[in-house]
Amino acid sequence: MSTIKEKARTFDVVFDTLLRHPYIVIALLCALLLPFGFAQASQIAEGHIAFEELLWLFGMVALTLFGKPSKSFKINLYLLLSSAVMILLFSLMVSENPQHAQMMFILVGVGIFQLGAVMVAEKSLKTDRLILLMMVLGVVVRYCYVLRYDYTQLQHDVGSFEGTHGHASYIMYWYENGLKLPDFDVSTRWQFYHPPLHHLLMALLMSVTAVLTGLLASRVSAGVGRRLRESIYEKVMKFTNAEMEKFSTASLITRSTNDIQQVQFVIVMLLRMVAYAPILAAFGIVKVIRTRSGMSWIIVVAVIALSALIGILLAVAMPKFKKMQTLVDRLNLVSRELLTGIMPIRAFSREAHEEKRFEKASRDLYETQLFTNRTMSIMMPVMMFIMNGVSVLIVWVGAGRVDLGTIQVGDLTAFVTYSMVIVIGFLMMSMVSILLPRAGIAADRIAEVLDTPVSLIDPDQPRDGEAREGSGRLAFQDVQFTYPGAEAPALADISFTASPGEVTAIIGSTGCGKTTLVNLIPRFFDVTQGQITLDGVDIRQLSQKYLRDQIGYVPQKGMLFTGTIESNIKYGGDQITDEDMKEAARIAQAEEFILEKKEGYGYDIAQEGANVSGGQRQRLSIARAIAKHPKIYVFDDSFSALDYKTDLVLRTELMKYTGDSTVIIVAQRISTVLHADKILCMEEGRIVGQGTHEELMKSCPTYREIAQSQLSEAELASMGGED
Amino acid sequence: MAEGRRNARPRGRRFEKPKDFMGTIRKLLSYMGRYRIAVIIVMIFAVGSTIFNVIGPKILGNATTELFNGLIAKISGTGQINFGKIGSILLKLMGLYACSMVFAFIQGWVMSGVSQKMCFRMREEISRKINRMPLGYFESNTVGDVLSRITNDVDTLGQSLNQSITQLITSVCTLIGVLVMMLSISPLMTLITLIILPVSIVLVAVIVKRSQKYFFAQQKYLGKIDGQIEETFSGHNVVKAFNREETELEAFRETNDILFESGWKSQFFSGLMMPLMNFVSNLGYVAVAVAGAMLAAAGTIMIVPSCSM
Repeated sequence: MSTIKEKARTFDVVFDTLLRHPYIVIALLCALLLPFGFAQASQIAEGHIAFEELLWLFGMVALTLFGKPSKSFKINLYLLLSSAVMILLFSLMVSENPQHAQMMFILVGVGIFQLGAVMVAEKSLKTDRLILLMMVLGVVVRYCYVLRYDYTQLQHDVGSFEGTHGHASYIMYWYENGLKLPDFDVSTRWQFYHPPLHHLLMALLMSVTAVLTGLLASRVSAGVGRRLRESIYEKVMKFTNAEMEKFSTASLITRSTNDIQQVQFVIVMLLRMVAYAPILAAFGIVKVIRTRSGMSWIIVVAVIALSALIGILLAVAMPKFKKMQTLVDRLNLVSRELLTGIMPIRAFSREAHEEKRFEKASRDLYETQLFTNRTMSIMMPVMMFIMNGVSVLIVWVGAGRVDLGTIQVGDLTAFVTYSMVIVIGFLMMSMVSILLPRAGIAADRIAEVLDTPVSLIDPDQPRDGEAREGSGRLAFQDVQFTYPGAEAPALADISFTASPGEVTAIIGSTGCGKTTLVNLIPRFFDVTQGQITLDGVDIRQLSQKYLRDQIGYVPQKGMLFTGTIESNIKYGGDQITDEDMKEAARIAQAEEFILEKKEGYGYDIAQEGANVSGGQRQRLSIARAIAKHPKIYVFDDSFSALDYKTDLVLRTELMKYTGDSTVIIVAQRISTVLHADKILCMEEGRIVGQGTHEELMKSCPTYREIAQSQLSEAELASMGGED
Repeated sequence: MAEGRRNARPRGRRFEKPKDFMGTIRKLLSYMGRYRIAVIIVMIFAVGSTIFNVIGPKILGNATTELFNGLIAKISGTGQINFGKIGSILLKLMGLYACSMVFAFIQGWVMSGVSQKMCFRMREEISRKINRMPLGYFESNTVGDVLSRITNDVDTLGQSLNQSITQLITSVCTLIGVLVMMLSISPLMTLITLIILPVSIVLVAVIVKRSQKYFFAQQKYLGKIDGQIEETFSGHNVVKAFNREETELEAFRETNDILFESGWKSQFFSGLMMPLMNFVSNLGYVAVAVAGAMLAAAGTIMIVPSCSM
């Protein structure tokens, strides 16, 4: 186990070192491949720089100079230098030996571009497109090399053993010469040609380059994935509730998990396989035309047939593919509603109705998927048929030409081989046409998140200092709030002051804006009009960190995080001591069940606190706020998950403890607010009554209604009498 | 193991290995039982189409042999290329390929129907089951978890069913078909080819063992990071209210880095398979060529058919 780990580490270190010194790799590669260069060089006595090579060169230089690939000066410099070195090497080699020059050029190109790609990928997200381009170029170069080599070898075979085709030349060679090496004549030319050995070395070379591409492809794709994930996460952490609600939490989760996985997968596919498909096809076509056998039209027919096939299938299936994505979203939505609404659904016996809705969404998806799958199932068989048909046609037409003596049997086989290369190239391209749209959608969804500006930015000069001395007096002044995109304001004309040492309670029916109101305090949203002040300073002029440090917030739904009970109570910061933690737990009535656990405070909390009950979750999140010693407590309907008795004990203990703090309690139960120093009664986003219980009972009809619906006459009477 | 600051039991719920693999397969098979006839049709047509595809190259080889013989006869002045015969061979071949295409098409059509129907039925059953589950289940399982079962998992199952069943049938048929073809050309050379097989198996085993380790690590941390994302996104307010953005980001980065490491390694090692196999098969190719040459020297086989190996 440890040795594997160590080996992996060593491998990593080696790779990282190499990464930092890319020229080492290039030098190594060159050294490794030099013999091939010489062997190759012998085969074309008089070479010339092929048109393709010049194109690559110009392409790379152009990319470096005009592509403006990166804002980073270092990367630009690197690219510029590498292409300069490349040009230098190139011109040097040209004068010596053209074939050798090609080799060197190609190898250097591969090395620089692939390594450059990795470096860039790990440095900056913004250059992703560039990475792809560079990787594609690297792969192009690699494949050009392979194809060229293959073709030269084939030509040689055909030339040496007329009448047989390339591969049969082995057999002929061994048949004629026995198992000995051919004569090696240094004086006339570099001749070292030994078919089986050549074949093996060739295969080894291909494998090595493939492994290298695989290594780079996996590092690049995983690197892009890591970077995207981190960027999204960082962004979302900066989001306010406005942005969270714009996307919806569920959608943000999918975007940062599934969508990124999809993009990563497609990048691997692109880099590994698909990038060289068009190159394969293009070069296959070039080679076929160069055989001058007069049979190129067969390939043209095949390519047209294949393009037509892919075109028709995509035209038929594409609209459905696009629709599929929305149907998946729809199914997601319906299932989510089914799951989150499980309580009301059961309570109102709506199961049958919900099942019908689900079935409709599921059936729509099924029908669309069936259609696209069936359409796509036509593709492979027809493609295979076209491929096979091409080879049959070549043999038939070729037979005639062989008879006429215009081509040789060897050419025929070469022709079949290259036509297969072309067709496979097209097959791969068809894969891109299926993969890319899906990845495109995922990438768009990711970009949408990354491009969303953060609406909450700290002021340049926060006035934290002015508020620091304050005791935590919170005042709303003519506050109005409208949800982004909504027409009517959710809150209007809200004015009140919550003073230190007092309990301010907010009560009202569901949807009256209570939660919205308290969400304004820690700036989950910003007011649209008016202002909220903390000790006289507008909270928008404070830094978010300072403001939130003053607030002990307890959400409506107990929300815990993976870790332990301890890590959850101490969530407010490292300054919280064990004593603070224990006291907070005691006040929040959580001590009892914590001590019942064998691990005590070290008890593991599962994701989202799934392994403790709702009431325990709530008590722990109250303890979490208490442990922070805030100036202001905000309880957003935090007591309703508790039974009446715990609720009462907890609040009594809490009141003893909070002392000088400002306490704001949102509640549904009248019993929770009864003894508050000030009660705000809300209705439809406005404060309809403000005062103590007695005052409101007299002056506020809405409050009286709520009270009467929850308490018996006797209770009401006794309450009244008490005070 | 560096698992981050909030060192907790990773739940790894989404990627649990099937506890009882054979049992799962059996369940799946019984689930497919309803589509028995369709599956049998798929099998028959897959076998048919593969057989045609395997025979194809041999017949094409016959045509080139015919051409080659005719050419030699022409050069030595003893005859002509028999275009009639080549033509009829090629015509027969086209017919065969056409059959193969139709078979493959029917098989694909039926199979996508079966797998999609199965997906539909599974979703249906899950939704019904949800309405019958005790409420406690929803307290101990997050919504995201159940949701991913309905959508992602069912989808994955459908896709892999569609691909793997077809692939299984086709590869088995191809293997048998190619073996038979090779044996019919030369048993001795087949034997040489088969020698390569153990080499491949050992290589595959080595790679699989290594890549699996990273793969499991990757899935584990993928699950962990999904969990982190899920809980900090849904508890977004709490994270903000307690000024924990930086700490959460730090923890996230830690997991993300481990995920990156295991991710690219598992990707890389599984990708090693192709080039290595390629190299091994090239080894085999050369071995066959050398053996073929010696056999040809001894006059036991024809040159051209040996090429189709």
